[in-house]
Amino acid sequence: MNKNLIELKNLTKRYNGMTAVDSINLTIKENEFVTLLGPSGCGKTTTLRMIGGFEDPDDGEILFEGKLLNNVPAYKRNVNTVFQRYALFTHMNVYENVAFGLRIKKVSKSEIDRRVKRMLKMVDLEGFDKRYVDSLSGGQQQRVAIARALVNEPKVLLLDEPLGALDLKLRKEMQIELLDMQRSVGITFIYVTHDQEEALTMSDTIVVMNKGVIQQIGTPQDIYNEPTNRFVADFIGESNIIEGTMLEDFKVAFDGLLLDCVDKGFAPNEPVDIVIRPEDIRIVVNPDEGMIKGTVTSVVFKGVHYEMIIESDTREYLVQRTMMFPEGSVVGMNVQPADIQVMKRGDVLCSEEEEEE
Amino acid sequence: MQKAIKRVYMSIIFLFLYAPIIVLIVFSFNKSKSRGQWGGFTLDWYIDLFRDRQIREALYFTILIAVLSTLISTIVGTIAALGINNMTKIGRTVVLNMNNLPVLNPDIVTGVALMTLFISIRMELGFLTMLIAHIVFSIPYVILAVLPKLRQLNKHTAEAALDLGATPAYAMRKVIIPEIMPGIVSGALIAFTLSIDDFVISFFTAGTSATNLSILIYSMAKRGVKPTINALSTLMFLTVLILMLIINKKNDKGEDIII
Amino acid sequence: MQRRGRGRIAYPYVVWMAIFIVVPLFLILFYSLTEGDIHNIKDLKFSLNSYNRVLEPIYLKVIGNSFLLAGISTLICLIIGYPVAMIIANTDIKYRNLLLMFFLVPIWMNFLLRTYAWMSLLSPNGLVNRFLLWIGLPKLEIMPGKGAVLLGMVYNFLPFMVLPIYTVLSKIDKHVIEASNDLGGNSVTTFMRVILPLSIPGIVSGITMVFLPAVSTFVISGLLGGGKTPLIGDLIEQQFLSSRNWHFGSSLSIILMIMILISMAVMSRIDSSPEEERRKI
Ligand SMILES: Nc1ncnc2c1ncn2[C@@H]1O[C@H](COP(=O)(O)OP(=O)(O)OP(=O)(O)O)[C@@H](O)[C@H]1O
Ligand SMILES: [Mg+2]
Repeated sequence: MNKNLIELKNLTKRYNGMTAVDSINLTIKENEFVTLLGPSGCGKTTTLRMIGGFEDPDDGEILFEGKLLNNVPAYKRNVNTVFQRYALFTHMNVYENVAFGLRIKKVSKSEIDRRVKRMLKMVDLEGFDKRYVDSLSGGQQQRVAIARALVNEPKVLLLDEPLGALDLKLRKEMQIELLDMQRSVGITFIYVTHDQEEALTMSDTIVVMNKGVIQQIGTPQDIYNEPTNRFVADFIGESNIIEGTMLEDFKVAFDGLLLDCVDKGFAPNEPVDIVIRPEDIRIVVNPDEGMIKGTVTSVVFKGVHYEMIIESDTREYLVQRTMMFPEGSVVGMNVQPADIQVMKRGDVLCSEEEEEE
Repeated sequence: MQKAIKRVYMSIIFLFLYAPIIVLIVFSFNKSKSRGQWGGFTLDWYIDLFRDRQIREALYFTILIAVLSTLISTIVGTIAALGINNMTKIGRTVVLNMNNLPVLNPDIVTGVALMTLFISIRMELGFLTMLIAHIVFSIPYVILAVLPKLRQLNKHTAEAALDLGATPAYAMRKVIIPEIMPGIVSGALIAFTLSIDDFVISFFTAGTSATNLSILIYSMAKRGVKPTINALSTLMFLTVLILMLIINKKNDKGEDIII
Repeated sequence: MQRRGRGRIAYPYVVWMAIFIVVPLFLILFYSLTEGDIHNIKDLKFSLNSYNRVLEPIYLKVIGNSFLLAGISTLICLIIGYPVAMIIANTDIKYRNLLLMFFLVPIWMNFLLRTYAWMSLLSPNGLVNRFLLWIGLPKLEIMPGKGAVLLGMVYNFLPFMVLPIYTVLSKIDKHVIEASNDLGGNSVTTFMRVILPLSIPGIVSGITMVFLPAVSTFVISGLLGGGKTPLIGDLIEQQFLSSRNWHFGSSLSIILMIMILISMAVMSRIDSSPEEERRKI
């Protein structure tokens, strides 16, 4: 639908011999909401900073509308950043903060005034013009940071955990506001977070990273339902990850069980990892009606559902159901073939130089 | 390119800072008395330095005064800070403003003011007046170093100690003093270096019977150049340099101590 | 209640301050407003004569000179010192402390020795002139004189300018600078609009820390100026130590204190004015 806006090719960054970002490839389309997701230290910020022009890549290319961006200094890139800790100018008021970029571009006074006012209205900070940024709440500062970047009408907005410092309620509100803004202004967002829920609710595309390496790129649904490896499955949502063997297409075996599934294309008898999401395990009262028999060993009420641990002869299963089965009861468990996700064994993609956690 | 400019700039600055010191050091080994002429290597000036009674006496006074004034002003300043911390707001403001006067006033004003006082009350200028003067300008710095630590002190720490059956004196010794120790130490360090380095205030309050190194150097420099000063400078510079290197080694975050 | 009571342990120090800090300053004020034999307090009469004397042209010139030389040396320190502070603040953390230490070592050496060192460098037959002669340039005859005094001031007080500016600069969040680049500011704009305004508190305290000792010094002018350009400090010293005219010396001290007070008030206005302006916009 849309054309490619940013392309990263084999982008690599090393710090003192340690690889922070390892040869990543990524294509970002116009108006896309892309989220970089991963545990702390996996290289999200570094990737963003290379796109913003604050860090020089050691290897690889950054293309912007097909043109090489590597050697363009930050202040000439049509990309703006909302910094992890906002980095507002404390010696200026809200208005001057937002007007900063326009003043540098020598936009006329009246035009600046119009655009700044409109922007402040959009982020719901009308009348805060003369306030001193130190005197604003976290959420307000955050919105000033967004306004300061957006007012320049960049093609791409980079946001580094912009909601990290906010409390849960404000976070949810701001998520919605940000999405609204992105849709209405129609610009590309590259968003960094380590909160998987945030990533799932907001993004068009999620890029899951670990230790500087991209593990999977896909829509939120893809990432959740069809994780390509154990790391992604583990990182996104809760899951039961089981080691098994792919006997042939559509047939997978583990713990002495033989189950139908929808996956194919593995070598005969290839060892695999199997993911079953806790909400995909159904419980039947009569143990003999289930494929797997087990005893409930723990029950925790989680608001919407009960989270239970059910112990079979060979392992523990995490199960989420709206109906509660008391501790000690013996039950049966069933899984639909479509809810069994089979992945190639083991191999969380890793950079060559293993680093200690 | 930019890097090169920075390098050159810093080199010029360092040359400016160190050239005079290096010249002093080199000329402390110069046989010729003239300050422009190299007359061969000698250690005579160092030998002279150790033979010179005046210099030995000045060194003795400098160190004695520094030690005594540091000791007294640290103790008095810490006690005063404890008191000031418990004062009402108005009292504290008044006391702190008075306390700041010697810090903000030019040294020369503090010096002549003290001299006027001593002479007016018929105290003979000498060792005692110089010592008092050093204590006068040192205590404010001790207080300024200790007070912030007292502010940071958790009120409940002392209360917890009392609650556990400690007498106030015991709580003071075992809880409060150890907690504010860093402030006391840095106050003492400031007091010591100020005293060692002071010239102006000593100059007005020492009279003729006492002297310290600064006063001696001043009078020697005014009278004309004597190569023993070069030797003295060299030794003092090396002492400072070695001390700084040790401090910097010991504490890699060094900054706090240097400043 | 108990807390309040413990304030009493500061009272001895309050008495001490009254005797050794407040009374001496009142004595100075007292002597500045009287005349007569200082050793005979009963003979002293109220008089403004010593203040009138300050207004005589030669003395006004001395005061003017003091403020001029201190002002110029402060300006030079600022111009030379700001880049130094910036370079140190931008140095890799590994070498920064070392660089800072080497910058500060000279101020740990006795102030008089440092000044004395310049005496031997700048004297008519000193090394500087020998060097100039050797490369065929004319002699530099600044010592004794204003030039040497200025040089001595800059040399002695430069670190006091660099240190506070360095402290402020090293605390500036580097993301703020990146934010400025991000919004289109090149290094010049970023410096003018972000770094410089943020470092004003450092500049102000640097200026105060250089100007104060420079304006009241008598050592530097005494050793490097050779009595040719007396400063207010020399005048005060003379009045108390050689001329024994405490009245005149006291009024000079009072004038010096008042002028410093005024300069500090002006400086603190500069420090806070951007904030006030901000509120006015
Ligand atoms: N300036 C630097 N010098 C040395 N190492 C660095 C630097 N910046 C980042 N790193 C290292 O690179 C790796 C990736 O860092 P990065 O900041 O990109 O992580 P992140 O994914 O943003 O983590 P977080 O979620 O905690 O912000 C980390 O191991 C980090 O320690
Ligand atoms: Mg990060």
